[in-house]
Amino acid sequence: MKKFRKLFSLTMVAVMAMGVLSSCGNDARDTFMIGGIGPLTGGAAVYGISVRNGAQIAVDEINATGGINGKEIEFNMQDDELDAERSVNAYNSLKDWGMNILMGTVTSGCCVAVAAHTAADNMFQLTPSASSVSVIEGNDNVFQVCFTDPNQGIGAADYIGQVGVYADGGELVSRVAVIYDSSDVYSSGIYEKFITAAAGQPFDVVAVEAFTGDSKSDFSVQLQIARNADAQLVFLPIYYNEAALILTQAAAMDYFPVFFGCDGLDGILGVENFDTSLAEGVILLTPFVADADDARTQAFVAEYQRRHGEIPNQFAANAYDAIYIIRDIILHSGATYTMSISDLGNALKKAITEISFTGLTGDNMTWRSTGEVNKIPKAMIIRGGVYIGL
Amino acid sequence: MRERLAQIPKPMRENLITFGIVVVAFIVMQILISLNMLSHLMTGLLVPLCVYVIMAVSLNLTVGILGELSLGHAGFMCLGAFAGAFFTKVMENVITFSLFRFILAILIGALVAGVFGLLIGLPVLRFRGDYLAIVTLAFGEIIKNIINALFVGLDDKGFHFSLRDSLSLGMGEEGRVIINGAQGIVGMPRDSTFLIGTILVIITLFIVLNLINSRDGRAIMSIRDNLIASESVGIDVTRYKLMAFTISAALAGVAGVLYSHNLNSVQATPRNFGFNMSIMILVFVVLGGIGNIRGSIIAAVVLTVLPEVLRGISDQRMLIYSVILIVMMIFNWSPKVLEWREKHSLKEWLSRLRKRKAKV
Repeated sequence: MKKFRKLFSLTMVAVMAMGVLSSCGNDARDTFMIGGIGPLTGGAAVYGISVRNGAQIAVDEINATGGINGKEIEFNMQDDELDAERSVNAYNSLKDWGMNILMGTVTSGCCVAVAAHTAADNMFQLTPSASSVSVIEGNDNVFQVCFTDPNQGIGAADYIGQVGVYADGGELVSRVAVIYDSSDVYSSGIYEKFITAAAGQPFDVVAVEAFTGDSKSDFSVQLQIARNADAQLVFLPIYYNEAALILTQAAAMDYFPVFFGCDGLDGILGVENFDTSLAEGVILLTPFVADADDARTQAFVAEYQRRHGEIPNQFAANAYDAIYIIRDIILHSGATYTMSISDLGNALKKAITEISFTGLTGDNMTWRSTGEVNKIPKAMIIRGGVYIGL
Repeated sequence: MRERLAQIPKPMRENLITFGIVVVAFIVMQILISLNMLSHLMTGLLVPLCVYVIMAVSLNLTVGILGELSLGHAGFMCLGAFAGAFFTKVMENVITFSLFRFILAILIGALVAGVFGLLIGLPVLRFRGDYLAIVTLAFGEIIKNIINALFVGLDDKGFHFSLRDSLSLGMGEEGRVIINGAQGIVGMPRDSTFLIGTILVIITLFIVLNLINSRDGRAIMSIRDNLIASESVGIDVTRYKLMAFTISAALAGVAGVLYSHNLNSVQATPRNFGFNMSIMILVFVVLGGIGNIRGSIIAAVVLTVLPEVLRGISDQRMLIYSVILIVMMIFNWSPKVLEWREKHSLKEWLSRLRKRKAKV
């Protein structure tokens, strides 16, 4: 009887151990395996899902035309629930799967944690949307498709100061208010650089009001302060859901300044139950608009709508571009999937500084070896319910 | 051997088994790593497992041994994480011996979390009723929000604080921002290792198990079981409540330091230090058995590994995870199932088999 028990417990241990182990040392790949990481569940899921959908379209297109060097590529997106620790888990899990290139992560906070691991492995990492500077700082293997937050802040201040924005009465804007999310890395990153850059511009920042992720439904206090300061323009370095609320509440209190935002505002016309006429005259600096009339954007938007029934946002477009950038640099460097992760990383990070890429989110994009992208921000204005380039 | 084991008093024997499980698990994992047989995912999970085991054991001290409900345990973890990370970031170039620096960081994390535990416990633990649950719930959220709004910089003139933004710190040219509001602390050395994690788990177990089996521990448990009776025999109720709660908070701070040094950055998000995390830790404790330290360890390990192992079924992952959670809860706690388990347990089955054999 004792023997049976011993045998039984031994088998149980063995079974459990098998579950823990599995798929190690998977270095023999037969294609390029691109991993993706982002929030697919929880409050930020909309960004992760957009990235997954956008990237999948690019992967399917590439595979439909024969893949890279005649080999179909594989793409696997893992959930990180907007948590740094889970993000690292997702990265390790993708390594077990066999990933040799990382297209991620979607958000800055998680990306910083994962970048420390990719840097240690020297794996090539291209993030579609993690825009914080700390993502690329000190990591020579990490590159961005999106603008960094500081560049957006400086770009916005430059635009308001140099190009000039006209208020309702036809005069140049000279008094600016800022409403930002102090609990959000993206928003506070843009805000700080905007304030620094605004010091040298011919306009004054007359009010700065913050809100946090826990209190983002009532903005009447912030708007009231902006109105009392007689601000002609309200700068909103935030995401579109909160911006839609701000626009609605401003209209309710008969306050109609010019609203100016960054790429986070893209998607504001698609917010449910939002009166899009309120968005008339909103100006945003964004690399991508779904209404652009070039053939590639239109084909992408049509395909995205066919698959998912909604208009793609800039996250999807950035991810779509990211996959094509990865294809281009693989072709440019002549790298093969049989190379080790580190060799592939070295080849690709050299190649990305040598190419010029034209995609949905910018023309002639180039990269510095620091990881920063070099492209021209486009200013768009919403007129008649569509985005129009300025 | 068997006789000698039997001579050891039962609580000690139980404790030795608990320590044994941890040590054996550590050795098995080390062997697997050295044989290169452990997947990347599991290797990466080893330190988080230690973090959550410490969290579960320390919360069990409050919930299971003291009998008070704490809904803000992640808040203490947050304090420890930031205090430890802050120290490491400041001292990064001053103390270059990383192990020594990390030990100091752990002590500081434990101290800060413990002091806050004491401060909260002082007024609240004098009450009878569920006030601790209410206050810790609020405390956890407040800590998270304060840290999200806190900016601390360091330059040659010393520290600068601000609750507005990093620009208003007014630092000199050489100044660097240590805590950058919502962006948290970025770019720390990753000092946490599985070995240190395991040692911390063992130290935690040593503290908690020794406390339980000591005179103080019996006093604490008597408060849980019958407050009036324990008061009547002259036990200083508030003092013992404070003692258990402060130790629990300090240990959560240790877990926080281990957590933040496992990543190279730490941010206070609702996901890692929010209310949901506090509830998650409470689930570990309830599922493992309130007051059952070994159960907490096992539940923490199983429930941390489970969602990661389920990654294969991507979209249904969280659904399956919650179903398993409910099933486990019923299996462990439903009276009907307990009754059924009693009847159909392996032990029962074996003894019946033995009886039948004896008859034959």
